[in-house]
Amino acid sequence: MKFSYYPGCTLRTKAKELDRWARSSALALGAELCEVEDWQCCGGVYVSARDEIATKLSSVRALMSARDKGQPLVTVCSACHNVIKQTNHAMQTDKEFADKVNLYMSQDKEKREPYHGETQVYHYLELLRDVIGFDKVREAVKNPLTGKKVAAYYGCLLLRPGSVMGFDDVENPRIMEDFIRALGAEPVIYPMRNECCGGYMATEDPALAAKKSGAVSESAAGHGADVIVTACPLCKYNLVKNQSPVPVVYFTELLAEALGVKEDTHAE
Amino acid sequence: MQRIGVFVCHCGTNIAGTVDVKAVAEALKNEPGVVFSTDYQYMCSQSGQNMIKEAVAEHRLTGIVVCSCSPRMHEATFRKTAQAAGLNPYMVEIANIREQCSWVHKDMPIGTEKAVILAKAAVAKVNLNAPLTPGESPVTKRALVIGGGIAGIQTALDIADAGFPVDIVETKPTIGGKMAQLDKTFPTLDCAACILTPKMVDVAQNEKIRIFSYSEVTDVKGFVGNFDVTIKRKARYVKEDVCTGCGLCTEKCPQKNVPNEFNLGMDNRRAIYIPFAQAVPKVATIDPNYCTMLKTGKCGVCSKVCTAGAIDYSAKDEYIEERYGAIVAATGFNPISMEKFDEFAYSQSKDVITSLELERLMNAAGPTGGTLLRPSDGEHPHTIVFVQCVGSRCAACEQKGKEYCSKICCMYTAKHAMLIRDKYPDTDVYVFYIDVRTPGKNFDEFYRRAVEEYGVHYIKGMVGKVSPEGGKLKVQASDLIYGKQLHIDADLVVLAAAIEPDKSARGLATMLTASMDTNDFFTEAHPKLRPVESPTAGVFLSGTCQGPKDIPETVAQAGAAASKVIGLLAKDKLLGNPCVAHSDEMMCNGCSTCEKVCPYGAITYQDKEFRMPDRTTKVRRIAVVNEAVCQGCGACTVACMSGAMDLRGFSSKQIMAEVDAICK
Repeated sequence: MKFSYYPGCTLRTKAKELDRWARSSALALGAELCEVEDWQCCGGVYVSARDEIATKLSSVRALMSARDKGQPLVTVCSACHNVIKQTNHAMQTDKEFADKVNLYMSQDKEKREPYHGETQVYHYLELLRDVIGFDKVREAVKNPLTGKKVAAYYGCLLLRPGSVMGFDDVENPRIMEDFIRALGAEPVIYPMRNECCGGYMATEDPALAAKKSGAVSESAAGHGADVIVTACPLCKYNLVKNQSPVPVVYFTELLAEALGVKEDTHAE
Repeated sequence: MQRIGVFVCHCGTNIAGTVDVKAVAEALKNEPGVVFSTDYQYMCSQSGQNMIKEAVAEHRLTGIVVCSCSPRMHEATFRKTAQAAGLNPYMVEIANIREQCSWVHKDMPIGTEKAVILAKAAVAKVNLNAPLTPGESPVTKRALVIGGGIAGIQTALDIADAGFPVDIVETKPTIGGKMAQLDKTFPTLDCAACILTPKMVDVAQNEKIRIFSYSEVTDVKGFVGNFDVTIKRKARYVKEDVCTGCGLCTEKCPQKNVPNEFNLGMDNRRAIYIPFAQAVPKVATIDPNYCTMLKTGKCGVCSKVCTAGAIDYSAKDEYIEERYGAIVAATGFNPISMEKFDEFAYSQSKDVITSLELERLMNAAGPTGGTLLRPSDGEHPHTIVFVQCVGSRCAACEQKGKEYCSKICCMYTAKHAMLIRDKYPDTDVYVFYIDVRTPGKNFDEFYRRAVEEYGVHYIKGMVGKVSPEGGKLKVQASDLIYGKQLHIDADLVVLAAAIEPDKSARGLATMLTASMDTNDFFTEAHPKLRPVESPTAGVFLSGTCQGPKDIPETVAQAGAAASKVIGLLAKDKLLGNPCVAHSDEMMCNGCSTCEKVCPYGAITYQDKEFRMPDRTTKVRRIAVVNEAVCQGCGACTVACMSGAMDLRGFSSKQIMAEVDAICK
């Protein structure tokens, strides 16, 4: 099955690991990720400014491109997913907003049908859960991560706002834990798994970011985690930067390891 | 031709403020059939009613139109007036020129014009009115109370006290309800069991009361005065009339690991059990989900130890049918599930408990013998945090909570905090609240005592997160008055969970055709003036099934419901509503459409012989309305394709005459 795939800027720079193992693992699971041509930055955190139209156009272009191919759009970075999903929701539900966006889009050189949120957006984890199925993932595992205690770190962007993201129960999510179980590892439930890492506070007030991310990594370590997995480059940055007592890796790396598609030596 | 009198009410300035009442009376004078038209300040007053009676005599009126408030308010009043003046009460029509006119308009000319139109429509209808006589039906002098908590108990006792037999149907093996699980009661702090169990014994000993415990209502047919009810008596595998309640079986049963629902799963019971020491009826029940004998056929210990020979593994569910004159719903409440509130870590830590669980932990008959100990490690907690409004007043929290205030939590939390500080002065107790709502006799004084005498820390603000870390519960909260964030390392966190109606209420409401609100609380017939009656005749409401209430309010409402039931059962006959459907047998083609839409099951069919024009006879299937069951909703008259079905007092002709008058 073919899917449009939106990597996002960070996956081309700091978070190459997230991207690389996502692609190879998907292939091993029979899902072909076709990178959206000429994709642009998702618009980043500006998505929360509802009156700002221009920053959302790049997300809408990616969504349109997937629609025109008749494919669902798969994301992997938490931040991109949040931005694209929220933009798609606004295109579906906010007529005034959608009209303005479509007016802008009509100025593009390439003329396309106006967009009203037709594209189905999956986060990579949703792809595994809802399309491929964790049972199939379990069957495809070659190197089960038996005995490994893995703490899932959701952060905020995957889960909230719950009514728009529809990802999982915002206070008691289980998708990443089910993912970890499918790989043969043991999930560690710890209370800080859906708390904020400090986000962009890392630039404004590094001490606050250190406090927030410290609370997360210490809680995970305190509950016996060997490793923390995340889908978010910024979460990983903050946790690593602030001396997480346990290693922090992208969930796709763990997946690749279990599926046996990860090379023995790092190419980087 | 009718001789109609029109009476326009001022209702003080309620109507006269926006409607020129004199102009309305004047405009109606020349309507066909009207022979008299006047206005008066308060038509519903004694002198207003006398005015109507005198006009009937003087002008030989045959019909009356009163232009006043909603018929829900005073239709009955004016019908009585008409009857006293010698008219048939159904010759009165109300033109609602208050709720539907003066109250919704600001402009006098527009209000007056609309009032005239409404009055003309009423006159057009009265022109076609015919005298109607209500039928009579007998009253079965027995009441059914559904639910055996304090509400049902009090209602049953009060009805029995007046001399009428009552049956209580309770799904659990014992009556007592939630109150039996409570430790102390506010604001007097007397023990719940000490005041409840004597009432339970009264119920058991009252000759007028039968208890169907471990039973459910499965079907209700009929109508006020004559409800035919099917009750399912679930197999308890113990003969109720033989068991002595000695409890030996509950000690010897080898199946020891059954979560004890009476202690909210905080300890275990056996597969054969008596819920608690003062249970009524005090007989054992076998839990078929856990009993080894019932599941595998191998065990039989309880049967061997029972000296009375009460055990019966072959028991089956039984159904009994009984007729009742009145039904009282007293199905009560439950705390909502804390599953969707995991920011408080209820699923992650045993030391995060609900307030009802705390009641059991503080009760001498509870799992800890009344000593407050942490469920996780049995240690004495030193810092306790109470979180109020968990799921209450929660309109915006994504369908996981309830919009309403659960009403009882402020008081029981104050009670818990006070009792803990009294018994364990070395504890620090924090209460996080949105508002403290403690109106009621001696209630606010009670809360103030918790703050001032017992030193409970009340903090305005909500808890955002509870994190179990290193044996402690890290509570992160906001103090809205100081505008700062708080971090408290607690040993125990108590959640005041919102309450919701028992799940059985919805199915019951369908059986009773009683209405419910969006939260599944039963709706009362009038929120102020008929608070214990359901809009369905003969169905009454007692306790929290109607809305959140505390024990004093529940008992008061239970007594009020009982008095309404007694008033009904004291009658020998009931007058029906004559405005019911009837089918014109010459036009009916027996298509069954009306039967399908009738919500009351009032329509049946019969084969009737007709003489045909050619002197032969032919048997045709026709609809017949049971007038005692019909509630006059009119659904069948709309559904009937051949135009055979019509509603007395609201015939299609009458309605069309009103429409024509309005559109003229």
